[in-house]
Amino acid sequence: MAVDHATVRRIAHLARIKLEDAEVPHLASELNAILAFIEELAAVDIEGVEPMTSVTPMRMKERPDVVTMGNIADEIVANAPATEDHYFVVPKVVE
Amino acid sequence: MTDLTELSLAAAREALAKRQVSAVELAKAHIAAMEAARVLNCFISETPDQALAAAADCDARIARGDARPLEGIPLGIKDLYCTKGVRTTAASHILENFVPTYESTVTANLWRDGAVMLGKLNLDEFAMGSSNETSYFGPVISPWRRPGSNVKIVPGGSSGGSAAAVAARLCYGATGTDTGGSIRQPAAFTGTVGIKPTYGRCSRWGIVAFASSLDQAGPIARNVRDAAILLRSMAGHDAKDTTSVDLPVPDYAAAVGTSIQGKVIGIPKEYRLDGMPAEIDRLWSEGVSWLKAAGAKIVEISLPHTRYALPAYYIVAPAEASSNLARYDGVRYGLRVPGKDVVELYEKTRAAGFGREVRRRIMIGTYVLSAGYYDAYYVRAQKIRTLIKRDFETVFAEGVDAILAPATPSAAFGLGEKGSADPVEMYLNDVFTVTVNMAGLPGIAVPAGTSAEGLPLALQLIGRAFEEETLFALASVIEESAPKIALPPKWWDR
Repeated sequence: MAVDHATVRRIAHLARIKLEDAEVPHLASELNAILAFIEELAAVDIEGVEPMTSVTPMRMKERPDVVTMGNIADEIVANAPATEDHYFVVPKVVE
Repeated sequence: MTDLTELSLAAAREALAKRQVSAVELAKAHIAAMEAARVLNCFISETPDQALAAAADCDARIARGDARPLEGIPLGIKDLYCTKGVRTTAASHILENFVPTYESTVTANLWRDGAVMLGKLNLDEFAMGSSNETSYFGPVISPWRRPGSNVKIVPGGSSGGSAAAVAARLCYGATGTDTGGSIRQPAAFTGTVGIKPTYGRCSRWGIVAFASSLDQAGPIARNVRDAAILLRSMAGHDAKDTTSVDLPVPDYAAAVGTSIQGKVIGIPKEYRLDGMPAEIDRLWSEGVSWLKAAGAKIVEISLPHTRYALPAYYIVAPAEASSNLARYDGVRYGLRVPGKDVVELYEKTRAAGFGREVRRRIMIGTYVLSAGYYDAYYVRAQKIRTLIKRDFETVFAEGVDAILAPATPSAAFGLGEKGSADPVEMYLNDVFTVTVNMAGLPGIAVPAGTSAEGLPLALQLIGRAFEEETLFALASVIEESAPKIALPPKWWDR
């Protein structure tokens, strides 16, 4: 399965990464090199094999459903590029 | 003691306990070494004032007879571990000015045990790379050189700053992380010891995530004993990481130098690659004879799905990375490039903030998870991962205690020599290490000799889950048996 230029643009948009037109051909060939490399997996017999969901066999841990930390709004916004009164600021989303 | 930086971590600890040296003296010696070695570009951030203040506290504790296991030991921290109040970049432009308000569990464990931080170590951007050339802060240069040559050699990656700093005697040990070989490959390239513990042994909390089902923290050190000492402090259960395992942490250093009589060592025939350099094959045979001479029993084994591990990794790891790195959106933290609307803000921020290799992997991950391809790529890769793990389980069930293999398919290469035309050329560096991450097992790289070019080569031991002690015992046999390798004279010293 090789990707064409339109697919490269579509993936970039899905990944929310702006692409310059000049980058597309080069990126397409790099992605195709990687896809060619993983192509041999199609030959593996995976009939009846369960996909791995847990690296080590373990039961998902549970904890009481209570608040364990909070009142740290200053810390949460400390690294934000734009804030106002403990809110993150973004360009207008709704007209 | 003329040069304090030449001591091992274990020897420094002993010298501190005997009051032959103070923690402040150790810190000063390493700060001087770090500052003199800036040409290697090992550190992204140096924290000398913090180191000296911490060392003074350590001296006070030692004076009170209250020393902790790593009291006064200067360490370097890979800049993927969040450190409270100290910039943590993941070697990326997108996190260039990120200052965590919290401390990762593993570094908190090290400070709990009295270690002293010298600074934050360079790495491949978001730990994606095998040569430390993808860092936004520039490549790390290995202290190693081919004799008679001044070609710059890569330290490996992604924990390249960690490995180079330990090799160049800038710190007694360093933290690394290993997603596909990122501790073991740079350790192999720099003549240091690196262990990737079993998945779940060290908490991942507060470590910038790359591929969550593969990432694991571990130490890089000058010798096997030092690595064992560091791992004991780093490991342990953490309620903040649901995949962290609640098992007691053994005294790993006690395993160093113990008998390996009767241990069964598997030699996987699938690791004997076509076109493998003769010197790698020879190194491997020497490893076999050293372990045999120490009483181990050698058996040939088969791990039939080995060849599929690397391609499957290049589905699983980018898929998880594309999800993990979705958080870098220019809103909550990190770089922001303005846009006319929020989507343009995201797209411009991420285009400017991520380097080429990171963008490439996010896009591969996005593709293999996208509608119509999810089953063909991602689910298939996870099934193959089950098969890879089963291969290991089968040989362990047949009585194999550990597996011996090369750590890397070659010695370190020169800057810019690999991967510029085809990214896969660089990925092949991890062909011997990546299987271990796919199966969640522990693996250790230990120096075993030199290449014809005079650069370090290493062997790798792979163990059963949570049996790191066996690896330390076996690795110390290789360490004792292998010819000693010596760094070139300090050409990097300003």
